[in-house]
Amino acid sequence: MATLPLPTDAPATRRLLDAYRAEQAAKRIRTLIFAAATLAACLLAAWMGEVDLGTFAENFHKFPNYILSITPQLRWATLGEDVTEWYWGWKRWGRLLIDTVLIAYAGTLLGFVGGLMLCFTASANLTARRWLVLGARRLLEIQRSVPELVYALIFVVAFGLGPFPGMLAIAIHTTGALGKLFAEVNENIDLKPVDGMYASGASWFQAMRFAVVPQVLSNYVSYTLLRFEINVRGAAVLGFVGAGGIGQDLLSAIRQFYLPDVSAILLMIVVTVAVIDIATERLRHALIGLDTRT
Amino acid sequence: MTDNPGAALRHAALADAAAMVIRHPAVFRPKLADRLLGPAVVALLMGLFAYSLVALGFTFERIWNGVGRLGTIVVHMLPPDAGRFFWIYLDALGETVAIALLGTLLGAVIAVPLALLAAKNIVPNRLFHFGWRRGLDFFRAIDVLIWALIWINVVGLGPFAGILAIAMSDIGGFAKLFSEAIEAADRKPIEGVVAAGGGAPHGIRFGILPQVLPIMISQVLYYIESNTRSATIIGIVGAGGIGLHLSDTIRVNEWQNVSFLIVMILVTVALIDAISTRLRFAIIGRRGT
Repeated sequence: MATLPLPTDAPATRRLLDAYRAEQAAKRIRTLIFAAATLAACLLAAWMGEVDLGTFAENFHKFPNYILSITPQLRWATLGEDVTEWYWGWKRWGRLLIDTVLIAYAGTLLGFVGGLMLCFTASANLTARRWLVLGARRLLEIQRSVPELVYALIFVVAFGLGPFPGMLAIAIHTTGALGKLFAEVNENIDLKPVDGMYASGASWFQAMRFAVVPQVLSNYVSYTLLRFEINVRGAAVLGFVGAGGIGQDLLSAIRQFYLPDVSAILLMIVVTVAVIDIATERLRHALIGLDTRT
Repeated sequence: MTDNPGAALRHAALADAAAMVIRHPAVFRPKLADRLLGPAVVALLMGLFAYSLVALGFTFERIWNGVGRLGTIVVHMLPPDAGRFFWIYLDALGETVAIALLGTLLGAVIAVPLALLAAKNIVPNRLFHFGWRRGLDFFRAIDVLIWALIWINVVGLGPFAGILAIAMSDIGGFAKLFSEAIEAADRKPIEGVVAAGGGAPHGIRFGILPQVLPIMISQVLYYIESNTRSATIIGIVGAGGIGLHLSDTIRVNEWQNVSFLIVMILVTVALIDAISTRLRFAIIGRRGT
């Protein structure tokens, strides 16, 4: 502190230092209160969530054991036969996996169309009637706030078991999620083309089609591709409630301790998700590239 | 109409029409391939969609009957009513929020050291960076429900398995976001700390942490909200929370209870959303969302 350019005992300096210390103390108290509140919330949550560190410590060894037990026995000498044995059900799993991707695809496409239909009405700058905007927003919110698995549970009762209700569940959830994102994109557009369309006598639909869509389409597609990847992951577990895809077989493999099957199916899911992740990312970058060039 | 200032412009444009067509061939006479590209993509997408519908067992009869049954279900749902289970449901809802909170925090805490290793400016090795990132993607690729099933094998049925499942599935996402925040951090404060005689740990504590902590807290708050949604469904596989009641009441066709549970979930998610948005703004200000 000897390097302070002002004499430390000067009244002005002392006032400055006091103010600084007071400020620091206030900040420290705020941080402490925040930390204490977080800690209290955690303790309460731990009590409600039946966290039992004793059981955890006692049973934690089961976790690596489980990972080891689902790992297949592969030996170099008999690699071919081992892999064949590991993937004994590859035909069935492959078909289910294709189903899973198709569920995600059809659900995403329907959700895209649904989001597209609702997003213009949900944008405050494009729709004049306030109640319409609020209504569309509430509708999107309900579609997005209920998890897709809950929709799937209900649709399975209504439409019967199988991939079709799963696809509908994904479509509804995707409509809500994409509609909101699309509406946010819409609210940031340049409004001059819209005014131009109206001035030359266009209807609302024509204005949306020719003044809004060209500005936002690449954003829409980019969000939809992101959503597709999320939906593939979501479709992989729809089978847990009987709504099609590979989840059914994964659930029964885990529940009935067909351990190598668990790792075989998990690996298939992870690879599929990774491939789709990389492919959609490529596509999105290509789209962004197109956008900046024109 | 003749006074319209646009009229002069229109006349000039019409007089020049033939020359304009020649000057801008891309607008007036686009190449056939360019014109066909859009419809071709749409046709391809629609074809694949039609194929998926057939493959997924779509029939008009099924839609017709299903929509009818769905209408009946919706009628049976009204009005939402918990019957005598209100307090049981409320307890399960508390459990759900607890799972989301603890799971997210646990995931974030585990993700911090993993994120440090995944940041290019901390470990400047491309091969390691690539491998580490792919490893983190693995956690993300497995859905929270699958993690829940795995943890149920370890700690048994109940919310604790749910907490661990949420934490596991968040590790990948958090580590990715955190490492990106660390990579985007300004180097100069670290250089300053080092120049003033601090070591590498000091550099991280006083140079990087103050820059990235607000971003990290904001992301944690954001995840708590989305995890509340996930935590409502992990009960379906037996990992605690309100999901168990939801799947049970649907199975036994107690539709008024189902709609009550859904309303409870919607209200809770909206509340958590409002609280976390408030806190985020308080911590990082309105701009930095």
